[in-house]
Amino acid sequence: MSAPAQIEDYAPSLATRRLSRLRQWDLIGLAITLATVIVATLWAFPLYWALVTTFKPEYEVVRPGVQLWPEHFTLENYAHVLLQTKIGIWYLNSLITSAAVTILVVIMAAGAGYAISQLQFPGRQLFWWMILASFMVPIPALIVTHFLVLSQLHLINTLPGVVGPQLIAPVTVIIYKQFFDSVPKDFREAAVIDGASEFQLLFRIYLPMNWGVTTALAIITFIGAWNLFLWPFLAVSSEDMMNITVGITQVHDAFGVQYARDLAVAMLAALPVAIVYLVFQRQVTQAIMLSAGIKG
Amino acid sequence: MAPFVVVYGVLFVYPTVRMVQLSFTNAPLIGPGQWVGFNNFLRLWSDRLFNTAIWNTAYFVVLSVIPSTILAMVVALGVNRLKGWAQSVVLAAFFLPYILPVSVVFSIWSWMFDKDFGIAQYAVAPLNGGEHLSIFRTIPLFMPAVAFITVWWLLGFNVLLFIAGLRNISSEIYEAAGLDGASRWAQFTRITWPLIWPVTVLVFTINFILQLKIFDQVYLFANGGRVAPTMVMVQYIYVTAFQQNHGGLADAAALVLFVLIVVLSVLQYQLLRARGER
Repeated sequence: MSAPAQIEDYAPSLATRRLSRLRQWDLIGLAITLATVIVATLWAFPLYWALVTTFKPEYEVVRPGVQLWPEHFTLENYAHVLLQTKIGIWYLNSLITSAAVTILVVIMAAGAGYAISQLQFPGRQLFWWMILASFMVPIPALIVTHFLVLSQLHLINTLPGVVGPQLIAPVTVIIYKQFFDSVPKDFREAAVIDGASEFQLLFRIYLPMNWGVTTALAIITFIGAWNLFLWPFLAVSSEDMMNITVGITQVHDAFGVQYARDLAVAMLAALPVAIVYLVFQRQVTQAIMLSAGIKG
Repeated sequence: MAPFVVVYGVLFVYPTVRMVQLSFTNAPLIGPGQWVGFNNFLRLWSDRLFNTAIWNTAYFVVLSVIPSTILAMVVALGVNRLKGWAQSVVLAAFFLPYILPVSVVFSIWSWMFDKDFGIAQYAVAPLNGGEHLSIFRTIPLFMPAVAFITVWWLLGFNVLLFIAGLRNISSEIYEAAGLDGASRWAQFTRITWPLIWPVTVLVFTINFILQLKIFDQVYLFANGGRVAPTMVMVQYIYVTAFQQNHGGLADAAALVLFVLIVVLSVLQYQLLRARGER
């Protein structure tokens, strides 16, 4: 964009012609940019509208007309849901199960990825095909048998029962395998000469070398686990074992049309993932690229 | 390694095998059943509810995947022109909904569309002769509305993939085209479009498979109303197994969904790739 100014100094006639063309070009460009910004605003509006509603007293919420800012700013809705609902327990449940899923998935996927990538054992190829195949199986098709298996293990309505089926994460294994494949063999050979065991190799060399991938995968696994609805909804029936995502729907039923409170719960439920995203934007992007098969 | 094999065995291989096996029995949700051969599949074939579920799923896939892919490409082209912090902010506006849990999305949009106080009624009511309308209780509007919300929810993911694709195109190509006097439209049709075709295929396929498994939104928005007319496939599995206690029949439906997803995704991928190589 700074080019025309330079040209103008020594070639005025050419520059003016260039400039008029550039101006025309820019008009279209400006229109496109403007449209993008307008659409982005529209896109974010429901989020803003929901958030601002939570700070309004109920009588303002149901008043006709569009009020972009509360007349009486209040935290009463948040106070109410924090004190009067089981949101604390749901939060804790979500936190425990999501953290457990994240840790277990990362460790198991790293282990499996390492084994497939670096170890020679009978059935290795079969194992790899199995993981690739499981990529195809839709998890929602397994809800019935998952329920069956977990009830045989007496895990229905428990937190481990919520965690269980989420441990199937073939994509994570595939990504780890690819990254471990690209670690130069020299490291491995040098460490083996020094008498390192396979565990040491994995945890001292292979994982630390791919620390960036691990954080990215851990973050996206956490967000996914926090947001999951179908399985926690099926596996749990007592209010004390519910995740926040399932718990919200209970509040909805209990409150009827108390929208400000209902949305306050929703905003609280969204808070952790929103924070995680805003803090780790780059890693989230990277993880999404990785799981979509685009090297980020 | 060993725990992984055990977990995989118990939670993946066994359930999958069991699903196939149980789909040939009349088992309840929990407990043994008798071998009934292909009866479950015959029953599904003639079950009106299952047929509704298949058609609704297909309808939903069409309503959500195609607009989502096209819109994501347009938005990505727009966002990609921006620089620096402006790009980050605009991208975040599109991406933030994607990281929300589905039940939060449900809360936000039931408020937006609420019959009495929803802000969207200002747009809906004039189209309905001035009357407020309960969108999610009006059967013909249900699927389009849920698809619209789904597009709103998941668009950011697709935009991100398209932007990654656009960034991979070297700016030298555009500079060369600019010197040759190629118009903006020509630059898009001759350079951008062919080069992001692989990403388009990817986005389309990912969304297609994802939306075949639609359940959460449809269940939440239909809850408390008439469920049957807007039934989708995973919901059929859920209702059959968990509310009617027909485990075998539900597994048969699950197997149909499974096979459908595998066949369609392979087929679609081949088709799209073939077109791209033309």
